[in-house]
Amino acid sequence: MSILIDSETPVIVQGITGKMARFHTKDMLEYGTNIVGGVVPGKGGETVEGLPVFDTVEEAVAATGAEASLVFVPPPFAADSIMEAADAGIRYCVCITDGVPAQDMIRVKRYMYRYPKERRMVLTGPNCAGTISPGKALLGIMPGHIYEKGHVGIVGRSGTLGYEAASQLKDLGLGVSTSVGIGGDPINGSSFRDILERFEKDEDTHVVALIGEIGGPQEAEAAEYIRDQMTKPVVAYVAGLTAPRGRTMGHAGAIISAFGESASEKVEILSSVGVTVAEHPSEIGATIARTMEAA
Amino acid sequence: MDIHEYQAKEVLAGFGVTVPEGALAYSPEQAAYRAREMGGERWVVKAQVHAGGRGKAGGVKVCASDVEIGEACEDMFGMKLVTHQTGPDGKGVYRVYVEAAVPIAREIYLGFVLDRTTQRIMIVASAEGGMEIEEISAEKPESIVRAVVEPAVGLRDFQCRQMAFKLGVEPALVQQMVRTLQGCYRAFTELDATMVEINPLVITEDSRVIALDAKMTFDDNALFRHPQIAELRDKSQEDPREARAADRGLNYIGLDGNIGCIVNGAGLAMATMDTIKMAGGEPANFLDIGGGATPERVAKAFRLVLSDKNVQAVLVNIFAGINRCDWVAEGVVQALRDVKVDVPVIVRLAGTNVDEGQKILAKSGLPIIRANTLSQAAERAVGAWKNDLSQGVTMRAVS
Repeated sequence: MSILIDSETPVIVQGITGKMARFHTKDMLEYGTNIVGGVVPGKGGETVEGLPVFDTVEEAVAATGAEASLVFVPPPFAADSIMEAADAGIRYCVCITDGVPAQDMIRVKRYMYRYPKERRMVLTGPNCAGTISPGKALLGIMPGHIYEKGHVGIVGRSGTLGYEAASQLKDLGLGVSTSVGIGGDPINGSSFRDILERFEKDEDTHVVALIGEIGGPQEAEAAEYIRDQMTKPVVAYVAGLTAPRGRTMGHAGAIISAFGESASEKVEILSSVGVTVAEHPSEIGATIARTMEAA
Repeated sequence: MDIHEYQAKEVLAGFGVTVPEGALAYSPEQAAYRAREMGGERWVVKAQVHAGGRGKAGGVKVCASDVEIGEACEDMFGMKLVTHQTGPDGKGVYRVYVEAAVPIAREIYLGFVLDRTTQRIMIVASAEGGMEIEEISAEKPESIVRAVVEPAVGLRDFQCRQMAFKLGVEPALVQQMVRTLQGCYRAFTELDATMVEINPLVITEDSRVIALDAKMTFDDNALFRHPQIAELRDKSQEDPREARAADRGLNYIGLDGNIGCIVNGAGLAMATMDTIKMAGGEPANFLDIGGGATPERVAKAFRLVLSDKNVQAVLVNIFAGINRCDWVAEGVVQALRDVKVDVPVIVRLAGTNVDEGQKILAKSGLPIIRANTLSQAAERAVGAWKNDLSQGVTMRAVS
């Protein structure tokens, strides 16, 4: 088992004719992801990497049975594309696009809620590296080869910091069940808590690594869930101990603007509910290894 | 992106929010002339900088004559106004706003924010206007009233009325409050703001609801569809290095330390800064060069980091995912040959083709200090900086 995707999941790529999307489509196909087509309005009938391109997500779903979609559409049109996927019955959507206006995301989230829970789309991102279940499928832009198959669930905001954790695990001979990037934006599709709930239910995941950073309430919400409902051990790292207050550190959401949003406060909140916090980013892998042995 | 008070007032007035009569001035003479033109007996001269807390810092003065306006302006123009929001260097005052003073009966705090818990727009208000919101939430949290806007229908009038009654606004003025709140909300949504703050919103002795101060921040990601807002950018209020970096597509924030950082990815960049601190050093900057660490970008990054004269060592930390380390290493070597670097350079590469990357760095003949892990890199950077100091000479990475 893995969460959100598996080797069978049929995937379409929205914005597939763009340079970055073409590059990563090839990469994902080589990894073994079951990509079945792409969508670009006005380019229906073309092919990319031998895959059919459709004008609308609705057509793509009808023709291919796609269940998941990956959005590479430029920021001004990304929100519209996500809503199109939700309307066409896509089950899981990953939005890679960086720079989506925050209020567009408010509307996207509201739009997704018009569907009953059983057919409501799950969204991760925007501004994320994607999701990978090693050996099964890769939906995103991460380098597949640094992820070994295993039992650690990873959920994080940052792309490269997530790679750092995965490669440390690989060096220690440990693997990953699924790694999910929730993205660095203030208004995002899924929170840490949403993903933790899935890992808690996933038989293949034994330990979860939560990689957080300054800004926003989502680490504190996760802590509440871990305290009240989670049985699996959680290891965390929080970046931004040296970040000044009130400044946006690269990610639009990485800004300390309220109580509980600094790295040290988040570390304290997570530690207080029994999460093992790695102090150094170099020690994320080793801390997970120790926690797995103890479990 | 932040804008000035006078700009925010002009924007909000366009959405039906009442603001005092006022005029902008670029010199003391112009300020006095504007006041005369406006008429009245008392005026307020306000330094226009992108920061709150101006009153306490001497950036707001009430004047009763031409002479007083002139004096207030002489003090303000050219000064670096230091408030709790500007940092120790302060922000330069190059324009002042002159307003007709209004007779204040009571002050209200009003703020519109993107609330990250509900993931919606939230209105925050308090009857304790004039105080900073941080102070209000620390000292009078019970005075704060909130309303969350349902995005499908927008802000409803009943929510505005509810808020007005909770704030103790007298019934005859509730309609004015509704108009003010709706005006701010429309400005917030139609212009993609991330913050609108009116502190204070005043009720005057002659029963008018007026925005006495106004602050607006806009979503940088949405400026593409609001060119009229993008034009309001004032580079004099930004750190010159940060502004230069932004123009070159690099994400840079200057800090007080002396170990420069060049990293790909925002999370990894923060983690690198933290590791430097834990190793006993102080990071000089945050810098995310983005996913593609091309030689040009790395060279640009070196120039930018070294433009900070406090930098005494540079730590490069690249996790090559889709890019390969050998390619990144070529970029670093190329950059070090192009840019004159006279401080120790520590490079940590990880990810795809790391061994080939290390070989390229070693073969280059450049005095690059290599590291395998992030903590090793930080220790070596701090070590190189301290060693450098004790020897009293500057290592030359490039002759």
